[in-house]
Amino acid sequence: MRKITYAQAINEATKQLMERDHQVFIIGQGCTSPWYVGNTTNGLFEKFGEKRVIDTPISENGMSGVALGAALTGLKPILIFPRMDFMYLAFDQIINQAANWRYMFGGKVNAPLVIRGIINRGGEQAAQHSQALHSMFAHVPGLKVVMPATPYDAKGLLISAVEDGNPVVYIDDNWLYKEEAEVPEEIYRVPIGKGAIKKKGKDVTIVAISYMVKQAAEAAEDLEKEGISAEVIDLRSIKPLDEEIILESVKKTKRLVIADVGWQTGGIASEIANKVYSKLYKELKSEIEIVALPDVPAPASQVLEEKFYPNKNNIIEAVKKNN
Amino acid sequence: MTNNISKDILLKMYETMLLIRRFEERVGDLVLKGEIKTPCHLCIGEEAIATGACLALEKEDYIFGNHRSHGHYIAKGGDIKKLMAEIFCKETGCSRGKGGSMHLIAPEIGLLGTPPIVGASIPIAVGSALSSTIKGSNQVSVSFFGDGATSEGVFYESLNFASLKKLPVVFICENNFYSTHMPVFKILADTNIAKKAEGFNMPGVQINGNNVIEVFQTVQKAVERAREGNGPTLIECLTYRWRGHVGPDDNIQGTHTDIRPKEELDSWKEKCSIKRLEKYLLEQGALSETVKGQIIEKIEKETQEAVEFAQKSPYPKEEELFEDVFKT
Ligand SMILES: Cc1ncc(C[n+]2csc(CCOP(=O)(O)OP(=O)(O)O)c2C)c(N)n1
Ligand SMILES: [Mg+2]
Repeated sequence: MRKITYAQAINEATKQLMERDHQVFIIGQGCTSPWYVGNTTNGLFEKFGEKRVIDTPISENGMSGVALGAALTGLKPILIFPRMDFMYLAFDQIINQAANWRYMFGGKVNAPLVIRGIINRGGEQAAQHSQALHSMFAHVPGLKVVMPATPYDAKGLLISAVEDGNPVVYIDDNWLYKEEAEVPEEIYRVPIGKGAIKKKGKDVTIVAISYMVKQAAEAAEDLEKEGISAEVIDLRSIKPLDEEIILESVKKTKRLVIADVGWQTGGIASEIANKVYSKLYKELKSEIEIVALPDVPAPASQVLEEKFYPNKNNIIEAVKKNN
Repeated sequence: MTNNISKDILLKMYETMLLIRRFEERVGDLVLKGEIKTPCHLCIGEEAIATGACLALEKEDYIFGNHRSHGHYIAKGGDIKKLMAEIFCKETGCSRGKGGSMHLIAPEIGLLGTPPIVGASIPIAVGSALSSTIKGSNQVSVSFFGDGATSEGVFYESLNFASLKKLPVVFICENNFYSTHMPVFKILADTNIAKKAEGFNMPGVQINGNNVIEVFQTVQKAVERAREGNGPTLIECLTYRWRGHVGPDDNIQGTHTDIRPKEELDSWKEKCSIKRLEKYLLEQGALSETVKGQIIEKIEKETQEAVEFAQKSPYPKEEELFEDVFKT
């Protein structure tokens, strides 16, 4: 099978969705610029024109409402934020409005809106240009949250998100854009709410999210050489959460390490730890370890960034701590 | 002088603009050399706005900036060593290496922060102006922001509240006709930004942002009005950035994405604010070639010292990652 990058996979999924269904369109800052959103929207403006590829003023909250309005009337917008950090400005429309709309109006209308936010960090950009907000969105009823870690899932999850018919927050990570892998040319789906076993193992389960999946896979390889067999689960969706895949694995390994791209406190990792502990507390052989960002804003200085962002070594340490 | 501005101030304008220009040229070179990694949004070409505006302010007056704020920091009188060190993300930087180029602060000279979230500092300046009225102080607040920021809702909310409460704030919009890759006509239904003040019952003026004297005099008037309790003014300064949106290139970022016509850039280079003032000063006899040489030499020395200071400074220590989250 041909190989394409993570960024190309997003681009291809968007293009195929738009080709197939005239109700799909993209709207967001920078979606006509090769610079702003990596190359994830390259060529779309040329192909679909300004009616369906709408680059916007810097008006995050307003534009999110606009996308929602289009969704309520039957279109399927993909609303793009070139960085997740800017989504804070749109919390009212995304959370108060889009997430609640169907429920608070008694299920009378749907909001088939995909909200694509990009994690774009590192490079000494500091606190306001580095954040991963998935756990905040996962906290909100009425939003689904997916975080592909591979080119295959990047395409399949975007397609599922657009077909889902509900507000889905789709989070891709700029650090993964150049990852290359086999991706089918046709349209296919990766189910929302289903994790994947990335590597089988028996001694410890590592549940990883987004970019940390890559780190976890590398950690598992290193651990293997030292005789520790780690099972790596790529969560793929963080809401709904695939409890089953996690519980099944931990039942077998009796040990759990969770690797997240967000902050420690109140994050999805704590949620997973809670679920596992409350269901399997008798079977666990050690404490659950969480590898996540320390509870500080992203710093600028590269030396601080290196300490701030966890990597495979932190995962290895966490595994060994209780082994 | 024909314009009632003292020779001292005129020379200060000249020196400040040159300092900003030279400082940023050095930053650009250091980015290309790989010594600077933090994203730098250079204001080369736009120096007259920060300069004219800050010279119309007192040291105690507050200013707030945005992602493109090296010039605001320098014009208000910030220590350029600490600025360069911050751009190098060193421990001696004005934000202790936590912020980089986009997060500058110098409370000692009234710069309370430069958040790079577009539009963010507009209401914050309104808040510091509100504080002046509550405390009964005489301080005026200024927010510097770009044309792009006028599409954020918070811009309109801020204008309304400031005018409603007659707060001592001056809104200075640096209209360089682009926000990232978007020309202003593609994001504003009405590209006349000054006119938007009308709807909020406050004065709005559009001026030549490359004429430092015009900026100075306009801001002076707005500041006076604010200090007298007559409320805010919106000043739209027309200008142009000579470099990319971010980084040292003369386009948005890298030749592959250049969206600005070369003729447009060239025509603005002819309207260089520094050349313009220099010509005027020479004509008026306020500047001689000798003095000019001395000023340039001084700036060269200062910027060189700033670069060396930054290069020699240590990086933050690992444990500093956990400091500064809360006041202890
Ligand atoms: C809320 C928010 N949205 C988007 C961005 C990304 N961004 C950074 S600078 C910029 C353009 C700003 O244009 P303008 O206000 O005209 O200032 P200029 O860069 O031209 O000085 C954008 C869109 C941001 N920093 N914050
Ligand atoms: Mg601009």
